Amino acid sequence: MSGTNADTETEASVSTQSTWRDFLDEIRYNPLTLAGTLIVAFLFAVAIVGPVLTPYDPTSQDLANGLQPPSLAHPFGTDQLGRDMLTRIVYGARFSLGIAIAVTSIRVVLGTTVGLVAGYVGGWVDEFLMRLVDIQLAFPGLILALVIAGVLGPSLRNVMIALAIVGWATYARVVRGNVLSVKERDYVAASRLLGTPPRRITKRHLLPNAINPVIVLATLNLGTVVLATAGLSFLGLGAQPPTPEWGTMLASGRNHLRDAWWIVNIPGVAIMLTVLGFNLLGDGLRDTLDPKQQSRLEEI
Amino acid sequence: MSYVLYRLATAVVVLFGVSLVTFGFVHATPGDPAETILIEQTGQQPSSEAVEEFREAEGMNDPVHHQYVDWVTGAVHGDLGQSYFSDAEVSSLILDDLYNTLELAVASILVALVIAVPTGIASAIHQGQPIDVTSQIGALIGVSMPNFWLGYLLIIVFALNLNMFPVAGSGGLEHLILPAIALGTGMAAIVTRLVRTSMLEVIDQEYIDTARSKGLKERIVVYKHALRNALIPVVTVVGLQLGFVLNGAVVIEIVFQRPGLGNLLVDAIFARNYPVVQGVVLVAAVTFVVSNLLVDLSYRYLDPRIKLGESQQ
Repeated sequence: MSGTNADTETEASVSTQSTWRDFLDEIRYNPLTLAGTLIVAFLFAVAIVGPVLTPYDPTSQDLANGLQPPSLAHPFGTDQLGRDMLTRIVYGARFSLGIAIAVTSIRVVLGTTVGLVAGYVGGWVDEFLMRLVDIQLAFPGLILALVIAGVLGPSLRNVMIALAIVGWATYARVVRGNVLSVKERDYVAASRLLGTPPRRITKRHLLPNAINPVIVLATLNLGTVVLATAGLSFLGLGAQPPTPEWGTMLASGRNHLRDAWWIVNIPGVAIMLTVLGFNLLGDGLRDTLDPKQQSRLEEI
Repeated sequence: MSYVLYRLATAVVVLFGVSLVTFGFVHATPGDPAETILIEQTGQQPSSEAVEEFREAEGMNDPVHHQYVDWVTGAVHGDLGQSYFSDAEVSSLILDDLYNTLELAVASILVALVIAVPTGIASAIHQGQPIDVTSQIGALIGVSMPNFWLGYLLIIVFALNLNMFPVAGSGGLEHLILPAIALGTGMAAIVTRLVRTSMLEVIDQEYIDTARSKGLKERIVVYKHALRNALIPVVTVVGLQLGFVLNGAVVIEIVFQRPGLGNLLVDAIFARNYPVVQGVVLVAAVTFVVSNLLVDLSYRYLDPRIKLGESQQ
């Protein structure tokens, strides 16, 4: 798995400008990447400006208008407490995107640091850190996150902590592989012999080389985190009612499958679209930034 | 042989770590579990003597490392302790539910293979054509769909509207089909992509050209020569998916109110029934580690070109 990036060093020197141009080409020629980019842009727009546009409050109840099917006044219908579903979906986008970004950032920082240290220092430190990675990957992730979130107590903050703890190992593996592949290169060895401090070597040579696969992995990961957050909230371990979180909303429709199909299906579509958007964008970024990694990330 | 030993040794190290982590998380809980549990059991605030008595009886007053050693020693002998809320042995609670979960896991892997292998082959043979594009888009949607939502969709359509299957419960094939589809579809999406990629790689190989130039029928070339080799990586991924299946089974069991380890675990988490939580997580992790180990070893057996000992580099 690791060490497959034998000659990506040239990519590291590619300027940001041409990377950007490559990505624009990718959007132009690959309709799936275009679709992914548009979906993600749309979701961010909804999360940022959406709440201003909806006339309703996401949590105020209106029992007289409960379980209304989609109509002009309520395009997505209302839930059992008469709350406007569209408003709740729009507010929910803030939670989903915010949590996905926060959790993925922590994973990236944690995993990259571990990977850099393991790859650069080597020896028993490497051995120890990689066994930690093995242990982390030996747990079915959602089950571990479930236990951590359950033990800490149900809340969105604890779901974020749990998901961050559970998902950093893949980054550590990828970064370590990249570090190992450049560490022994002549120019890095020369730089080291010249007395360049490790911090500078890391910054100049090791990090730039690892950054592209990390960006790709992180984009795909945003989708996974959205799914996991919704799953944990669905089980009752994440957001608590009346928070307009998509997984919680979906779970609340359990008793209305027959008479109010929109309560489970609209949050379901929202989750699926978000994950699909990040997946398409991630695949497109992989084609641009990390073309050699064709199928490696697919199973993660 | 040395590779096998190396893999076994790392599996043992990993299992040791797994047990430590499982135990550690539960014991790092904020608040006194004894008090919470007694409130749950009796419905009122327990006296401090009652709490102390409970702690003593459950061994919670022993030094933490003693508790860990006791737990691991027990676990190795198949004794995972007792549930806080009944006299039931954790191991027998797990055994009771294990069958249901394994049944669901196996059925969903079957669903995944039945969908993925033909679709992946058709995709590869007709690369770039409508059937390939459709199956690839289908796969993208499949991986992006939350399985609990798919579960509800299946219930709405096939159980509530068409009355073909029961909504919830367990026992018999009719209770198994919808949960297995809900759980197997996401995996099918991943496996379809893999079968396609793998078939495309194999079809490019010289021995396939040779087989064709011998005048063998295309069907024989595809099914006998190409497919056999293309399926090797599929074995690995399907094996690795066991962890994915266990993750998903938790949620799917809740959706279909199906008895199993997932339901057991979620109930135990909310009740703070820690011996059960520890036991289920340990069993899940051991299943995962052992299946990875078996996959890794069988992969090498299936494809002798893979040199032993290469993968730990």
